Amino acid sequence: MNEPRTLAPPERRVATVSGVERLGAYDLITALDRFGPSDPRPGQFYMLAAAREWGGGGDERPYLPRAFSYARARVESDGLALSFLLEAVGPGTERLSALAPEEDLALVGPLGVGFRPPADGTRPVLVGGGIGAAPLLCWQEELAANRGSPAVRLGFRSAAHAQAAALFGPSAQVVTDDGSVGRQALVTELLATELDDDPRATIYACGPPQMLEAVRAFCAEREVPAQLAMESGMACGFGACFGCVVPTSNGYVRLCVDGPVINAAVLETALVAGTGH
Amino acid sequence: MSDRSTELCGVALRGPVLNGSGTFDVIAARRAFGDALVERFPFDAFVSKTITLAPRQGNPPPRLWETPAGLINSIGLPNKGLDGFLESDLPEIAQSLKESDPSRPRGIPLVVSVMGFGRDELANLVAAVGERAEVAMLELNVSCPNVETGLVIGADPVETALALERVRPETTKPLIVKLTPNAVDPAAVAAAAQDAGADAVSLVNTLKGMALHPRTKQPWLGGRAGGVSGPAVRAIALEQVAAVAGRVEIPVIGMGGIASGRHAADFLAVGASAIAVGTESFRDPTAGRRIAAELADLSLTGEPRQPASSTV
Repeated sequence: MNEPRTLAPPERRVATVSGVERLGAYDLITALDRFGPSDPRPGQFYMLAAAREWGGGGDERPYLPRAFSYARARVESDGLALSFLLEAVGPGTERLSALAPEEDLALVGPLGVGFRPPADGTRPVLVGGGIGAAPLLCWQEELAANRGSPAVRLGFRSAAHAQAAALFGPSAQVVTDDGSVGRQALVTELLATELDDDPRATIYACGPPQMLEAVRAFCAEREVPAQLAMESGMACGFGACFGCVVPTSNGYVRLCVDGPVINAAVLETALVAGTGH
Repeated sequence: MSDRSTELCGVALRGPVLNGSGTFDVIAARRAFGDALVERFPFDAFVSKTITLAPRQGNPPPRLWETPAGLINSIGLPNKGLDGFLESDLPEIAQSLKESDPSRPRGIPLVVSVMGFGRDELANLVAAVGERAEVAMLELNVSCPNVETGLVIGADPVETALALERVRPETTKPLIVKLTPNAVDPAAVAAAAQDAGADAVSLVNTLKGMALHPRTKQPWLGGRAGGVSGPAVRAIALEQVAAVAGRVEIPVIGMGGIASGRHAADFLAVGASAIAVGTESFRDPTAGRRIAAELADLSLTGEPRQPASSTV
């Protein structure tokens, strides 16, 4: 027990957008949550929707809220400032990316279960691909505060996407698909080098399905414990719709209540289909 | 405070707002929300996910597709099977429902939804679930094929009547028949269910729907096709509820895209005795409570209701 899960109020509530920061290909949206818990756990997520004009975009969508792990949480005098990293790839993320300061953001959360501490005798290694860097940011902060800065290895598509790496500070190693920032390489190559140097590690990974599957297979082969923050199309985020299942050795499990952070050892594959946001 | 209380098939309810089967999981919601869930429980009666005789894993993912103002799901009724449900889920659900309304001995009434792939199987389920004291009512999910005849039970008045005649003697508890909107004449099915001993009908279940992968043009959903729900189906649901309510004497539970008190009032105005909230709970877990409050406000004002939407 004692799982990293902060409970959410069941009511959908409204937070106020306080900051919109453009980070190359991404937007970092910050909203002040006055009515939620002040201690979400890194890896947990929120269901987000613009409070107004949610619908009527491309294909007359969005309709459902969108699930996002929080990237950063700061306790302020009048609430919790929650930051989310977004990329406009569909009607939901397009609307969220267009949020302006003072606009209302409807949310439910924090939901799901977050990252667990590293296995005894191992050091944490954080591996992010693209927007999957988001939940690793708050986890990096927490680990740094409690046990020293963890290794952070990030891969991005292009220089525009790699601008998000600045959030992690200078110690993060970065590679890109096109070599425009850092080496032209996959982030899993950085992981291999890291484990060659010292295999006593717990891996925390978040990124696209192909990357997570590469991390899973690699860690399984090296017998290195890994926790994967996974994504799936989700309608509700609290276990009601049964839409976000992934196959595990225990059958299908719901990412929203049994994840989104999943022990890689129970997965048959990390290749699960997401839906366009 | 207005008195919202009502009754359904002789079961006293604190109000008229239920959930649609398969759209809320009390056990998972308690994990996410803790005691706040039972302190502010969203529904006046709770309908379980559908239970089948054998355990089911459900359909392979992907299971969801967002449509304009709605959702297609292809979940495939994952559940622990009758024995697993009775052993572990039922006591846990009943405990949370008891805590949700301490003013009643058993708390919020529980409706258990069951589905059988043949009449005898359905009868076994009804008998086993019906004898449990925690269960106030049963709902028959008849949106499945009868393996003996190949016909979808709820799509056909004769199949529905035969199923009801078979299961009716198995329990004295109220039996609700969940009607499928994918029938030629849902009102005829409702009438057949009533004549064969149903105590109430509920509708609509989801409408059949499909989505293709944007690139490959293959079915997106792991189960190939699925069921459409949400505001996209509300107008269709309202018409079917009106048609059924005009045809039967037994109570009708109306649902289909209800997202506000005004929508709920529309369904009540065409003859529903109670309403259920489904997909809207996905957007807001406590939508049921909000809709109940909005509905109570509407009845308090006593003014002629504005239509929920119009073309003007």
